[in-house]
Amino acid sequence: MTEPVLDVRGLTVKLPPAADRPFAVEGIDLHVNAGEIVCVVGESGSGKSVTAFTVMGLQDKRALTPVAGQIMMGGEDLLKVGDRRLRKLRGEKMSMIFQEPMTALNPVAKVGEQIGEMLEIHTDLSASARKSRVIAAMEDVGLPDPPSMYDAYPHQLSGGQRQRIMIAMALVLEPVLLIADEPTTALDVTTQAQILELIRDIQQRRGMGVLFITHDFGVVADIADRVIVMQHGRVVEQGPVDQVLGAPEHPYTRMLMDAVPSMTPPARDPAAGDRALTVRKLDKVYGHAGLLGQGRQVHAVKTVDFDLQRGETLGIVGESGSGKSTVARCVMRLIDPTSGEVLIDGDDIARAREGAMRHHRRDIQIVFQDPYRSLNPRRTVGQSIVEGPTNFGLDPGEALTRAQDLMRVVGLPPEALDRFPHQFSGGQRQRICIARALAMEPRVLIADEAVSALDVSVQAQVLDLLDDVRDRFDLAMLFITHDLRVAAQVCDRIMVMRQGEVVEHGPTASVYADPQHDYTKALLDAAPGHRMLQA
Amino acid sequence: MVDQSTQPDATAAIPDSGAKDISLWRIALRNRGVYYGGVMLAIIVVIAIAGPWLVQDPTSLNPMNRLKAPGEGGLFGTDQLGRDVFSRVLNGARVSLVVGIFVAVIAISIGLVLGLVAGYIRWTDAIIMRVMDGLMSIPAILLAIAMISLSGATLTTVVAAIVIPEIPRVTRLVRSVVLTVREEAYVEAAIAAGTRTYLIMARHVLPNTIAPLIVQATYICGSAMLTEAILGFLGAGIPPEIPSWGNIMSEGRTFFQLTPWIIFFPGIALAVTVLAVNVVGDGLRDTLDPRIARNMR
Repeated sequence: MTEPVLDVRGLTVKLPPAADRPFAVEGIDLHVNAGEIVCVVGESGSGKSVTAFTVMGLQDKRALTPVAGQIMMGGEDLLKVGDRRLRKLRGEKMSMIFQEPMTALNPVAKVGEQIGEMLEIHTDLSASARKSRVIAAMEDVGLPDPPSMYDAYPHQLSGGQRQRIMIAMALVLEPVLLIADEPTTALDVTTQAQILELIRDIQQRRGMGVLFITHDFGVVADIADRVIVMQHGRVVEQGPVDQVLGAPEHPYTRMLMDAVPSMTPPARDPAAGDRALTVRKLDKVYGHAGLLGQGRQVHAVKTVDFDLQRGETLGIVGESGSGKSTVARCVMRLIDPTSGEVLIDGDDIARAREGAMRHHRRDIQIVFQDPYRSLNPRRTVGQSIVEGPTNFGLDPGEALTRAQDLMRVVGLPPEALDRFPHQFSGGQRQRICIARALAMEPRVLIADEAVSALDVSVQAQVLDLLDDVRDRFDLAMLFITHDLRVAAQVCDRIMVMRQGEVVEHGPTASVYADPQHDYTKALLDAAPGHRMLQA
Repeated sequence: MVDQSTQPDATAAIPDSGAKDISLWRIALRNRGVYYGGVMLAIIVVIAIAGPWLVQDPTSLNPMNRLKAPGEGGLFGTDQLGRDVFSRVLNGARVSLVVGIFVAVIAISIGLVLGLVAGYIRWTDAIIMRVMDGLMSIPAILLAIAMISLSGATLTTVVAAIVIPEIPRVTRLVRSVVLTVREEAYVEAAIAAGTRTYLIMARHVLPNTIAPLIVQATYICGSAMLTEAILGFLGAGIPPEIPSWGNIMSEGRTFFQLTPWIIFFPGIALAVTVLAVNVVGDGLRDTLDPRIARNMR
């Protein structure tokens, strides 16, 4: 067997003294052979990104110190070589692509020149030779019309195209190792499928080794040759993909896999509650026409209709820019719809003035995506939960009792009410946000990507909680997500949106089993992890 | 669905730190600039408050004792009317500090309100900000000269003249913070909870502006003291009978070659005071802003 392109032995990286554990990663052993894709999978805080960044020598050097182990590449220990040598190796022997291609690219430089910079630094090619190499590299990653795209700026490209530029930049010097840190997490499913295929394809053509960091078992199933599962800075299991996914040995791996929602919707009883919300011909246009009609307008939502009964969950599924969140924000009246009706309790709130609207605020509540930004960091969670009820005249003492009850409902100790948000984990914060929404005693609960930012195991628990409170408080739930697996598990009906329009609407089971619209079919096909499902 | 015992998210220990009660000042005082600048400033303040009682009347004339060098007549010498320069410089500290603090407080208060309104109530934004642009184009010194020629030289006129051009800077700062914070999900959650606009501003938006405003206030304070001295030097400031540092320097100007101490001592006093204020400001900027960003998460 040939020598691996990357061989990490006993790597231990120390955390600063104030951290919650002494080591970010401890005694990591892993290797990547030429021509294979090794996936490192784990939840947040597992140390998978620290491992990748330490290999590249890009870890935050003030906080993270490698204290033991070796990172061997081509006979050199990367922990021992100097900065100058490491700079040379980066790009030529190993390179990295990141999660967010917009922030990884320089917004004020042409993308072609950014790729060319790699050649400028590492080779002595002439300017024209560099340009032709760049164009060849752009062709290689499947970008349309590379000569004209050479002069584009990052903001002119789509997310997928930007990630292709990043890949072209990483691969232009033909490194033997590519490190990919969650490269598709910020992308839509259909784009994600294309980028995964591209990475797979280039890797096979060039026989590179790829170290692929991800939290998504679906992606692992689609792309990995071997899998390394990490938890709390240690490798808990590693082996060929079929073995790890097919017959996981470690309980943590099994738990992670069980937590991945299945694409098959479970059988659900049809809801038969009272009608809670009716939306008719909802339209939202962003921007102004301008005096002479020269203004830029975006038609974000086009004639959307739906009803929602109590005790029922309607899922709105779509990719970014599909208008699904705009629908939620219009229904919440966080933004004003351009036209259409939002009927709650017989009143149209689409045009209600703030005074009249305020009366209906308690009827509809929302849980947002980002648990780190949904709670005011300066106020205790108790203050956050009682804010709404006291706005409507509830006595502060009663509001506090209600908050304590709700903390129990969402599975948190009532004593924690006087803590501040930063003392809670992401999942716990999302539970607090649910408690805050429930404190208003709403009829309609909107979950806007409410579990998307959470780790799978936590996500499963929060989904259970949402299901539980829906039944307990007889809520009508509007569940907005880009994740088809999650939608399959919790929704009674599904509405698929694309570019502001509803392209398909029906009971979850029939949408998944027999999609009518081409776009729905494409979405279902693109969802990662078909391989795993069969396993 | 999930083995709750493997990943007990909900029941995971919630760290018990009462340290949320971070006093801004306690964090700030860990910074060396804030500490030493603060000590310097405290000494200056004590001198300004207590000093005038310990020395002779700064306006008492003694024609027999004119233009004496430091040591011969008082610690800092005497001026052309025989007044004690040491006593005048000590008294001048009061004027400088009063102007600096008043200008900072007034400019911050007005700018804060305008910035909150402009940032949060969108239709007022264009109006307020265009007025601010107008104000910003007026130089403080010209404005002061104009106002003093219209309404006479008083402390109020001087403070007003310095405050007016500072307001737009504060307004812009506050507005930019408000524009960022109003997009936060917790502000939207408060809207969804039916919280009234003034309460949203007070509870959720205002606290985010405090740290940058403290820093801005120190810069305004320092530059106001300088502007006041320049105005005094030009004869467009506080009435000449009040011994402000600018006035002392202005009067000493004619004898500058002969008796440089009349200008030198108030100049040093001004420089040290402004330096102290700015050192504190720099220290606060270094500590408060990033630390708040990290700690308040």
